[in-house]
Amino acid sequence: MSGVISVRPKDLPFDESVVGHLGCSGCGAFVAVRLALKILGDQTMLAIPACCVLATTCFYPQVPLKVPTLMTAFPATAATASGIAAGLRHLGKKKEITVVGLAGDGGTADIGIQALSGALDRGDQILYICYDNEAYMNTGVQRSGATPKGARTTTTPGGQRGMWESSPKKDLLSIVAAHGIPYAATSCISFPQDFMQKLAKAAQVEDGPSFIHVLAPCPPGWGYASEKTIELGKLAVEAGVFILREWENGEMKVTRKLRKRKPLAEYLKPQARFRHLTDEEIKAMEEEIARAWETIS
Amino acid sequence: MAEFKFINGNEAVAYGVKLARAGVVAAYPITPQTKIVEKLSELIADRELEAEFVKVESEHSAMAACLGAASVGARAFTASSSQGLAYMFEMLSYTAGSRFPVVMAIVNRAMAPPWNIWCDHQDSISCRDTGWIQYYVESAQEALDTVVQAFRVSEHPEVMTPAMVCLDAFVLSHTEEPVAIPSQDAVDAFLPPYNPPYRMDVENPMTFSAGAFPDSYMEFKYGQHLAFQVVPRVMREVEDDWERKVGRSYGGPLEAYRCEDAEVALVTVGTATGTARLVVDSLRESGRKAGLIKLRLFRPFPVEELRETARSLKAIGVLDRNLSFGFEGAVFSEVKAALYGLPARPLAAGFVAGLGGRDINVEQVEQMYDRLESASRTGLMEREVEFIGLKGVAV
Repeated sequence: MSGVISVRPKDLPFDESVVGHLGCSGCGAFVAVRLALKILGDQTMLAIPACCVLATTCFYPQVPLKVPTLMTAFPATAATASGIAAGLRHLGKKKEITVVGLAGDGGTADIGIQALSGALDRGDQILYICYDNEAYMNTGVQRSGATPKGARTTTTPGGQRGMWESSPKKDLLSIVAAHGIPYAATSCISFPQDFMQKLAKAAQVEDGPSFIHVLAPCPPGWGYASEKTIELGKLAVEAGVFILREWENGEMKVTRKLRKRKPLAEYLKPQARFRHLTDEEIKAMEEEIARAWETIS
Repeated sequence: MAEFKFINGNEAVAYGVKLARAGVVAAYPITPQTKIVEKLSELIADRELEAEFVKVESEHSAMAACLGAASVGARAFTASSSQGLAYMFEMLSYTAGSRFPVVMAIVNRAMAPPWNIWCDHQDSISCRDTGWIQYYVESAQEALDTVVQAFRVSEHPEVMTPAMVCLDAFVLSHTEEPVAIPSQDAVDAFLPPYNPPYRMDVENPMTFSAGAFPDSYMEFKYGQHLAFQVVPRVMREVEDDWERKVGRSYGGPLEAYRCEDAEVALVTVGTATGTARLVVDSLRESGRKAGLIKLRLFRPFPVEELRETARSLKAIGVLDRNLSFGFEGAVFSEVKAALYGLPARPLAAGFVAGLGGRDINVEQVEQMYDRLESASRTGLMEREVEFIGLKGVAV
């Protein structure tokens, strides 16, 4: 499997597989889930741990998901999906069904990373989607391993000690790729064509796990007006902060190269979580981004 | 026809799982359980058991994988011990609350620190309220038989609750004895393929283990409670059928041994029962009215059966291989709670012994019976809780 799979918006099903939710207005995660289920179709089973999507959909007796869904514990997404896949294999039903683990960034980069590594290492045929809103949003914006350096969260509140998030965002894609799996990619909900094409590729993998890491901006967590979700996702990519990449056939490549990066301030300024940053600090961050791009290209 | 094999308790469990035709085995190594999954790996590798083996990276993932496998309608099994079970703890309530009838063997091992790989029951007893049925067995044969029966009880439509089959570390797990392996035909006639009323199905999509608000959560928990209440009845029915098809029975939720006219009796769990049987036999030979109550089912606790057996006793003792710190052994608490509703109750004594693999020997058990007889003569129980086999001061 390689190359580009064409996804034409006019071919997408009109029907929704998520018929409503209790999420915040402007929620990026639900853009990801809606689009994902349109691509994956109804021959899909989901394993979802504690996260925003679960907390805003999976409450008895009103469940809006139109595909079979198994809720599981926070650290257990990948292992639960592995179990579903193993059960289906035993019953001779695995071939036609896509088994998907769907978790947030905390559930993937932090508490769920051991189970994820186990599933990737075993080569279990599951598709893992991490929607990344860059903190524990469901519990009220605490920092996760995917929170970018410099961000304010409720556990990196700055204060007199200047205790903002001090470490860079975990490079999930490289961690996942290091397991030597067939396919992995980053994407962003503001680039739906990119996201859906990569998802379609990931779903077609037949010889092991696949992984999609999709950036999903969060209005209350990042502190911006809810109508700016798509715009901020675009800026994250175009300012070079979040790099769209693909790991395929043992090679990592950048799928959206930037001729000219937008000024970082354009991305940071609308977000309350970065409001404390000085111009010097932003300049230093911009230099870090430049170095990161030099390393990968 | 049954075939005899000279095997240990762990291998007996593995043969039970094979005969039950488990479809998914997900497990992680930990002493002294490891031989169970090693044997199952061999059986699966050699196609003697047509199952998927999920080589998980932890016990937490082992139970998560069993949850996933059971959700689509596969019969799932795992095994663990001690710290591994503790690491899995979070997933226990998920499996139970989702009402998936996973069966797990627990090879009972002490909790660290001090680091210790030998037998006591602290690990599984600490999981009392996770929503799992708990069986304890005395022999390798009983381990095999109970594993197969556990699947049938757990998969009963009124039960749909997972179960732990607990066996003592080393004394049972690593000690070989002749075990009758029932024929596959007999077990197939006893245990039909797993066919749950609800499962993850793309043709009929449903959400499993969904959230529940305060206005419905309690009813879900009450549902689990009702399921537990039918377990003793279902266990007896299942055992009766096992006896018809395989020819063995262990007496249901508890076995009352030489209790008919007994004045004192000791409640035991696991392999200490064998030692207590010897003591009871020798006491009986000298005309003393001693009996033995072997507890096979710890959750749900067989209240009715215990009351029936204990109501005529003058004194009852409980041998606990676990300790609720600062209080007493957990089984002792359960026994007293179960008997409290009787208009007249026997005197009761709790004996804590055999922690961390310390041997429980004949002399110690005799000492327990002496205490019970002395109390039944005087009508007074001097000390309610006693440590037996303690060498001296605390470390």
